[in-house]
Amino acid sequence: MTYVFHRLLRAALLLLGVSLLCFLFTEMAPGSFFDEMRLNPQISPETITSLRARYGLDRPLVVRYFRWTASAMHGDLGYSIAYNAPVTPLLWARAKNTLLLTLTATLLTWLLGVPLGLMTGSARGKFADKLATPTSSFLLSVPELVLAVGLLALAVRWRFAPVGGMMSLGFEDLSPWEKIRDMAVHMLLPVLILVLGGVAVVERHVRVSVLEVLDMPYIQAARGLGIGRARVLFRHVLPVAANPAISLFGFSIAALLGGSLVVEVVAAWPGLGPLILEATLSRDLYLVIGAVLFSAVFMIAGNLIADVILLASDPRIRPGEPDAS
Amino acid sequence: MRRRPEIVLLVVALTALHFTILAAAFIAPYDPAAQDRDLPYAPPTRMHFRDSSGWHRAFVYRWIPDRDGYRLDTSTRYPIHFFARGESRSVLGIFRSNLHLFDVDEPARLLLLGTDSFGRDEFSRLLYGGQISLATGLLATLITLAAATLMGTIAGYFGTWIDESLMAVGELFLCLPWFYFLVGARAFLPLHLSAAGTFLLLIIVIGIIGWARPARLVRGMVLSARNRNYVLAARGFGASNVYLLRRHILPETFAILVTQAALLIPQYVAAEATLSFFGLGVSEPVPSWGNMLSPLQQYNVLVSFSWLLAPAVALVITSVMYWLLADALHHWVQSHSIN
Repeated sequence: MTYVFHRLLRAALLLLGVSLLCFLFTEMAPGSFFDEMRLNPQISPETITSLRARYGLDRPLVVRYFRWTASAMHGDLGYSIAYNAPVTPLLWARAKNTLLLTLTATLLTWLLGVPLGLMTGSARGKFADKLATPTSSFLLSVPELVLAVGLLALAVRWRFAPVGGMMSLGFEDLSPWEKIRDMAVHMLLPVLILVLGGVAVVERHVRVSVLEVLDMPYIQAARGLGIGRARVLFRHVLPVAANPAISLFGFSIAALLGGSLVVEVVAAWPGLGPLILEATLSRDLYLVIGAVLFSAVFMIAGNLIADVILLASDPRIRPGEPDAS
Repeated sequence: MRRRPEIVLLVVALTALHFTILAAAFIAPYDPAAQDRDLPYAPPTRMHFRDSSGWHRAFVYRWIPDRDGYRLDTSTRYPIHFFARGESRSVLGIFRSNLHLFDVDEPARLLLLGTDSFGRDEFSRLLYGGQISLATGLLATLITLAAATLMGTIAGYFGTWIDESLMAVGELFLCLPWFYFLVGARAFLPLHLSAAGTFLLLIIVIGIIGWARPARLVRGMVLSARNRNYVLAARGFGASNVYLLRRHILPETFAILVTQAALLIPQYVAAEATLSFFGLGVSEPVPSWGNMLSPLQQYNVLVSFSWLLAPAVALVITSVMYWLLADALHHWVQSHSIN
């Protein structure tokens, strides 16, 4: 329990650090949202000064940081200047779309990746392994942007999936069943990109750890005792080989919000990605900080969850001091 | 190295790639910014060797704008001149040269990969764009590894609270979603800068954000090297910290740094490409592999002009080669550390 407590404390400290880091970046920023306004002769300097005062931008950095942190505790991440609305609901609306996309993709990635890794790992040197290893190497090395643009090109050309957005034009008039179907079809392309990018990573991790465990003496012993292949694999290899995979699973959770930016923008999925990009281009400070913080929360939570699962699944790290992992 | 011919092969291939890109001023038939408004989205020109009158030396036909696209004007052959003298161009800003690898006579154009929306030669832009993209990858990697070596060595060698605080800061950088952080960091920097300014900015931002992971590896290496017997012995003989670091400890981290470099370079090239693709990086008219892909965000361009995907192919080739190198290096280092 102390271990979990330590981890929680650490996560909280990290979060504080992240918010501080974000704020330091704002201090270093030479430009601001009002730069364009300043160039406009119709807007007087006084108007800009009063606007700055209204958004609290005239206060010193420390004051702004503490006020922002205090309100962030209540779930208020500030005010978007470009959207003229509070940041949190804006982010939340988009984050739901992102989560819908990434949860589906992550689920599929793991459902595909673990069996593939087990298969290729236990069939070392055989045909399946020889085919899978170069394929996964290729998928691992191709930049996400290229994968996304390439698949988009194929989707547009072959029309195997609708491109852009989350729903068709007449979405409101559809029956609930058709609505689900419509969204699923629109999700096809971004999910495909994410799964192709992710499945190789999972497959690699599982394969490597399966290979490692297969060489261990106790597995040789189990084989020697005449225990069947499947039983050895699932009963004796998998629990031990699961360890690195669980850490990786934590990363998967961690990347739920932050990992799909490129794909969302390329496939025009209305998630956090396009929002943060627009916010960046319009220099909408609090929105950007909010989005980074939002996804950092997931990142930290994901690692925390992985630590806890590891603790539950692996007796080797349980006893001893809190930082044994 | 003797038992790993693939490493040699990959290094040779990568060197060839980099020299090709470096020699853009010589290989590219045209200036990357030279527009030809009569030839937007012209398809690639094919090299021919024979026509109805028999075999000839390599020649091309000319594209004539047509109602619906382009048609080939097969009435005149335009032979390709190799090692021709043409317009004088600056080579990497060091000297000027007018020697080109190949050229054709006006009004025909040698468009190996077609043209973009402004009629600029895609092949020339690919080479020049590669200079920006690869330079970003290489220089940003240099920054990352320099920062990582510095931080990792300090943390690992001096230990105690220095180690703990440095690693805490490192964890902070690790738990930020990398690409969000990159875009976020870019958000606070001026959007409209000169091309050179943006380029430097990109290198610094990309380079600094990634320092934490390699720093951890370096720290681990330094930590284990610090307590080796020969280091303890040297210390016993009165060797100074600087001497120990330089002579005994830093050489140990070399293998890790090389492997990390092979991993980071393609990642950073892709990061530059992605940022430029989104309009946050190098901006027109200076080409980079990222901003050359940017027009493909429009579906009609994506469908009709497939030759504009050339930078994507270049990115894939570069990434795959670096990745294979990193993989091979990793195995090599591992097999060495075991023996």
